[in-house]
Amino acid sequence: MTLTQTANIDTHLIPILEQVSDPEIPVLTVLDLGVIREAVEINDVIHIKLTPTYSGCPAMDVIGDDLEKAFSEIGKKVTIELVLAPAWSTDWISEVGLKKMEEYGIARPLSETADKEVLLGNKKLVKCTNCGSTNTHLVSQFGSTACKALFKCDACQEPFDYFKCLK
Amino acid sequence: MKNENLYNYILGIADNSLILGQRLGELCGHGPTLETDIAGTNISLDLIGQCRNYYQYAAKIKGEEKTEDDLAFLRLEREYKNVLLVEQPNTHFGYVMGRQFLFDVYHLMFMTELLKSKDETLAAIAKKGIKEVSYHKRFSGDWVKRLGDGTDESNAKMQEAIDDLWTYTDELFDMTAADKAMAAEGIGVDVSKLKDAYYKEVSEVIQEANLKLPESKYFIRGGKKGVHSEHMGYLLADLQYMQRTYPNMEW
Repeated sequence: MTLTQTANIDTHLIPILEQVSDPEIPVLTVLDLGVIREAVEINDVIHIKLTPTYSGCPAMDVIGDDLEKAFSEIGKKVTIELVLAPAWSTDWISEVGLKKMEEYGIARPLSETADKEVLLGNKKLVKCTNCGSTNTHLVSQFGSTACKALFKCDACQEPFDYFKCLK
Repeated sequence: MKNENLYNYILGIADNSLILGQRLGELCGHGPTLETDIAGTNISLDLIGQCRNYYQYAAKIKGEEKTEDDLAFLRLEREYKNVLLVEQPNTHFGYVMGRQFLFDVYHLMFMTELLKSKDETLAAIAKKGIKEVSYHKRFSGDWVKRLGDGTDESNAKMQEAIDDLWTYTDELFDMTAADKAMAAEGIGVDVSKLKDAYYKEVSEVIQEANLKLPESKYFIRGGKKGVHSEHMGYLLADLQYMQRTYPNMEW
């Protein structure tokens, strides 16, 4: 499931939305992340529906402010509505987004079953973002932000973040 | 007010998350290791995020220009309807994990039922929260086992914590007037029906953790009716300080 299939976004707004990034993972735009569920222009006002990744994600307020700022620069007013359903899923992160995330040093979310296996410490499936080895282990289920777990590579000894699978 | 039962019902759920979130937040910078410190604040953040969703919804029902901040920060002690379990202080890390585990098992069962609510907003909050709460339970359950099945000292401390916290568990399944009304309408959860499954699951983990099931049948209750333990006043003094000192302040 990709973002373009599920979200209702006016194409002429995309270039501006692409300028707004996640404050905690700055390489990802809000479109890469899949948190924009709707962005439509009606009578010169942009109506945006935003969905949080996690209930308490503090990035949502910042993203809302950044969206308002980006559109005010082209003289547009914005209304932002936070929607909870359908609940955000890691499936909504675009393939481009996943690649950018890996280059940035955050391992991409695995499938739901694989995710359970690694977070329970049963299998070594998470690839180190530094050397590519899967000889890695979970340090903590809770990482630097709500959406990440902390891993360490046993091959190159580097610690790195893993983006938890959320479905 | 129209929907008075729904309003009170939502506040009760929200208060549990807020107060436990506040307790965990107090630990920020005081966790025994960096990883556990970060985990505690992560869980706190999830809970506070969930309670914000509930309070926003309750504020909308209440009208009168109330906001989520009014509900979270400006009520009096007797108006908070959280269970006594979540307001118990952070005595030591084993106690914090015991408290968390005893709530998480209940919380996940509760959310799983709330998912079926006829109220779309509550069902949506549950859908989002359920994923977070499963992580919480895995974390706290692992620590209960690790400490219970650890050294003599960690086992003794964990046992003492469970013995003490056990007395607050039965209240989780009390039905207030709002609970009953909402359960009858298919909006709320009949928590009294969760009791057997709860004690079964908790007992299994306690046994696996090499701990003994408390024999006490004496249970303390009152939070759901607004009658709190002494700790609650101190907790609220901290929680409400900014809003009381600088009314209408915004972050």
